[in-house]
Amino acid sequence: MASDTSSSSAALSAVVAGALAAMKSAPTTDALKAALAQALGKKGELSILKASLGKMTDADERREFGQLINSATEAITAASNERRSELENVERDAQIGRERLDVTELLLAPSATQRRGRMHLVTQSTERLEDVFIGLGFQIAEGPEVESDFYNFEALNMPPSHPARSMWDTLFIDADPQGSVVLRTHTSPVQIRIMQEWPPPIYAVMPGRVFRRDTPDATHMPVFHQIEGLVIDKNITFADLAGTIEAFTQAFFGSDFTSRLRPSYFPFTEPSAEFDIRRPDGTWIELGGCGMVHPSVLQAGGLDPQEWSGFAFGFGIDRMAKERHGVGDLRDMYSNDVRFLGQFT
Amino acid sequence: MKVLLSILREYADVGEDQDVIATALNTLGLAVESIEVVGTAVEGVVTARVLRTQKHPEADRVTRVWVDSGDGIEKHVWCGATNMKENDVVALATIGTTMPDGRDIARRGILGIDSEGMLCSAIELGLGDDTGGIMIFAPDTALGISPFTMLEIERDVLFDLDLTRNRPDCWGHLGVARDLAAHFQIPMRQAQTFAAGKSVGPGASIDIARDDRCAMFSVQVISGIKVGPSPNWVVSRLNALGMRSINNVVDASNLVMLELNQPNHAYDADVVNSFRIRCAHEKETIVTLDGVKRILHADDLLICNAADDSAVGLAGVMGGLESEITDSTTVLALEIAAFVADPIRFTANRHGLRSEASARFERGVDPEGVRGAIDRFVTILSHTCPLVSLCGEPVVARATNQANPVAIELRLSEIERVLSVRLDSSSAIQILSAIGFNCVVNSGNRAETIDVQVPSWRPDCTIEVDLIEEIARHYGYEKIGKRVPKSAVHGRLSVFQQRRRQLRRVLLGLGLDEAMPSPFLSPGDLTLAGLNESDVLVIANPLVTEESVLRTSLRPGLLNAIRYNLSHRAQRIALWEIGHVYPRGSQALPDEAEMLCVLVAHADVSEAAKQWNTIADSLGIGANIEQSRVPDGLHPTRSATLSRGKTVLGVIGEIDPGVLAAFGIDCRVSCLEINLSTVLAEMAQPAQAKDLNRFPSSDIDLSFVLEDSSTALSLQRALRQAAGSQLVSIELFDVYRGTGVDASARSLTFRLRLQMPADTLTESDIAGIRDKCIGAALKIGAVLRS
Repeated sequence: MASDTSSSSAALSAVVAGALAAMKSAPTTDALKAALAQALGKKGELSILKASLGKMTDADERREFGQLINSATEAITAASNERRSELENVERDAQIGRERLDVTELLLAPSATQRRGRMHLVTQSTERLEDVFIGLGFQIAEGPEVESDFYNFEALNMPPSHPARSMWDTLFIDADPQGSVVLRTHTSPVQIRIMQEWPPPIYAVMPGRVFRRDTPDATHMPVFHQIEGLVIDKNITFADLAGTIEAFTQAFFGSDFTSRLRPSYFPFTEPSAEFDIRRPDGTWIELGGCGMVHPSVLQAGGLDPQEWSGFAFGFGIDRMAKERHGVGDLRDMYSNDVRFLGQFT
Repeated sequence: MKVLLSILREYADVGEDQDVIATALNTLGLAVESIEVVGTAVEGVVTARVLRTQKHPEADRVTRVWVDSGDGIEKHVWCGATNMKENDVVALATIGTTMPDGRDIARRGILGIDSEGMLCSAIELGLGDDTGGIMIFAPDTALGISPFTMLEIERDVLFDLDLTRNRPDCWGHLGVARDLAAHFQIPMRQAQTFAAGKSVGPGASIDIARDDRCAMFSVQVISGIKVGPSPNWVVSRLNALGMRSINNVVDASNLVMLELNQPNHAYDADVVNSFRIRCAHEKETIVTLDGVKRILHADDLLICNAADDSAVGLAGVMGGLESEITDSTTVLALEIAAFVADPIRFTANRHGLRSEASARFERGVDPEGVRGAIDRFVTILSHTCPLVSLCGEPVVARATNQANPVAIELRLSEIERVLSVRLDSSSAIQILSAIGFNCVVNSGNRAETIDVQVPSWRPDCTIEVDLIEEIARHYGYEKIGKRVPKSAVHGRLSVFQQRRRQLRRVLLGLGLDEAMPSPFLSPGDLTLAGLNESDVLVIANPLVTEESVLRTSLRPGLLNAIRYNLSHRAQRIALWEIGHVYPRGSQALPDEAEMLCVLVAHADVSEAAKQWNTIADSLGIGANIEQSRVPDGLHPTRSATLSRGKTVLGVIGEIDPGVLAAFGIDCRVSCLEINLSTVLAEMAQPAQAKDLNRFPSSDIDLSFVLEDSSTALSLQRALRQAAGSQLVSIELFDVYRGTGVDASARSLTFRLRLQMPADTLTESDIAGIRDKCIGAALKIGAVLRS
């Protein structure tokens, strides 16, 4: 029977040697799988040898041979695992090599560009201004752009044929009676409207489109934008006006900017002032007009001037956007040329 | 308004530092536009006599001139002007002279012939704005001397002030000096007045027929006049202030106006000495001093010669040509008047004739300034007419309804309430009296008040706050201080404003650029865009006709922007605008509304559909899509109206090909419009959370063939209804036209996701829903595709 054992052992050695060699040389994971099946599969070489165990009568021999088969199975499995790992690495490397893409090519592709739209410079500036004033405790009010003579002039202390009306070149709507409807020359009519509609105290800014009969040039447009501020409360004084202008200046332009007021004249405020902003380099920007709300204006708004007092201020938005972005000619801002619009994210 | 330092200094010693004075003027609200030093002698310029002139055949724009500057040496110069002739005395800038504009006069030649200097115009020497060519002096002028010395020109400083409407008094040097004197706390100078003799002359009479238009009219007859040239100092001051010297009488009249804001007029007293102030008869005419015959309006006020009722002047605007003084005039009737301001402005506007006088009258002059004006007039004239004398007292006529001097009660408490400055009565009085307001402390009252009398030259001051402004100006705005009021409200955007901002972000996310076309359209633009043009408002006084119609739609403006960008070969033209439209309403004001319009070039209705879906989803807006209501100006078979009940919320689609052609646009343009006044005003309710369903869901795909005449939406509605509460979502995921489907129909594939809230769907549940869907589809003509 020893010869049986030895012949079986020799056969096992041959199978193992053959299987290890086949695995080592397997060119692909599929070939490796086939080699493994040939050695260890249900009808594989090792299974056939394993079947001969049953015919062995000697218990020792059978155990010894059984152990040999187990060792062989382990050796073959280990070799298979090792080879698989090798092959998988090679194949992944190959895959990675195959899959190379030029990311810059993709970035440059039109399909990769989900371009975000651009907001008009005037809208950008308006939102920035609104945000600053909201931070200072102001609400935002709006009003119609086509106005009655009453709101645009009369309620603002400019009765019919008041000479100060000529301070604005007004565009009139063909209406009956002629002159009773205008394109608002300033945002100030909104002051009257909110005084009539909102119960005081009022802390509001009023941005919006205004109109003047001005021939367009690099610094003037017949249609442009203003923002107007109005504060109505008890015990509001000229010092509150100066302080608010200063607070706005620092919040909007920066803490190293300051402001000053110079006496001026507007029919709807008294005392009136122009306000200038001082840049850190010492130069001045003439920004807008302001003043204490005139008693007649408070009355037109339905408020008792002895109970309430307030101040108002206003300035142009377009010019501010023009300065901020270095726009040389206001007309460019209204050209609607996408080459211009596209510059300002 | 231009003011000369030399004249200011005659009224108050304001010093000579022009920067200090300019700062003071700005602080007072008399804004300095520019400062110019005038009358600086230009070294190297001398008088010279023209010996002869000659044209050069090869240089037709210049003349050769030979001059002698007194040394007997003939100099040759080229000259661009042509107004000089032999024997004229002219100003020669010699070689080496640096002109006021920085030019160096060098030996330059034309055609190889040198120029040994340059002949100068008044402008080039800073001696006025005469554009008539080079300066020519009196023939007896000495040669080789500086024209500045000869003309007694002195260095002076000219301030150009941008005066506000409330300061009529500063239209004269006196008013400016008064403000400066108060600011510097120095006294006003007493005017040096010529003691004119008294003489007997023709009397004067005045009849104010329209005393609602003329508050005061006065005439002073003045004799001893010899009309001739003015002294050099008068000429140079007038020149610097932008007026030309005429003769000693007219110059004195003008200087009085410029110094005292007292427009006046000198008539030849032998021609007119009785005056009548009346309004014009319709179609009456007058030839004004500028030689223009003017057809008058019944509201034009006239000064007439009472002798024959003929007009001798257009009151407050310009004198008449016929009563003008002549070289032979020896006796004057000097008119000083105060007219009602507004009608003067109307007359000046009607005749397009804004004169130095009308500019002053329409702001208001001092009705009490007669005496001072006569004294100043006579004093200036005395330099050339030493025998000038007054014929009696001035005849002064006043309107019967004289306004009393304005008196205002000023409360110290009110000063503090407006300015937050606490002043005692003496400080307030000190400020006000320095600028001519008479003040008396009213001690009888409980509260401390001051009775203030407004001076006659300040018609702008009528109420208490006018006085407080005067106090603020002279107290100093900078000294008032700054404090920030604590806002009594919460700073925030309204819901509408928040939603508008959200919408802007959505539009930007869709890659759309914001445009801002003009709200003014050309007549016909709306019609061209296929829109109704009958409800538009029109501008009565447009700058140009092309900008005379107020838009009722944002579309024409954006279409023009698209055409513009296409013509510049722009790659991607995707524009939006949020703005107002102004259709005529039932009231005086239009039915103004805020709209959104989005136009994309090279895009069809699917682009607009994507935009609408995104916007509707982001803002929570719902609308019916009514393709049967074709919006004006849009593609008839590719557009729909967005509506809710009877309310039209907007339009969606493509621009009508006919409109595109009319606008010169050769590509498809998608269009989405939404009425923001409606949809942004809606308050979105906060979404309420739903429980997440833990039971399995199933999908079924159903393909139907549907005739093109029925909408996909109608089929989706039918399926949604049939599937009932088990339907979680329904999605149109394929549309197929082509082989196997009729040409007039398409196949629509919907994917329905089904789920039960508290159970698992069985195969038979699903089959039941499927059958119901197929049945419902069939009812609207959709046949299941096998």
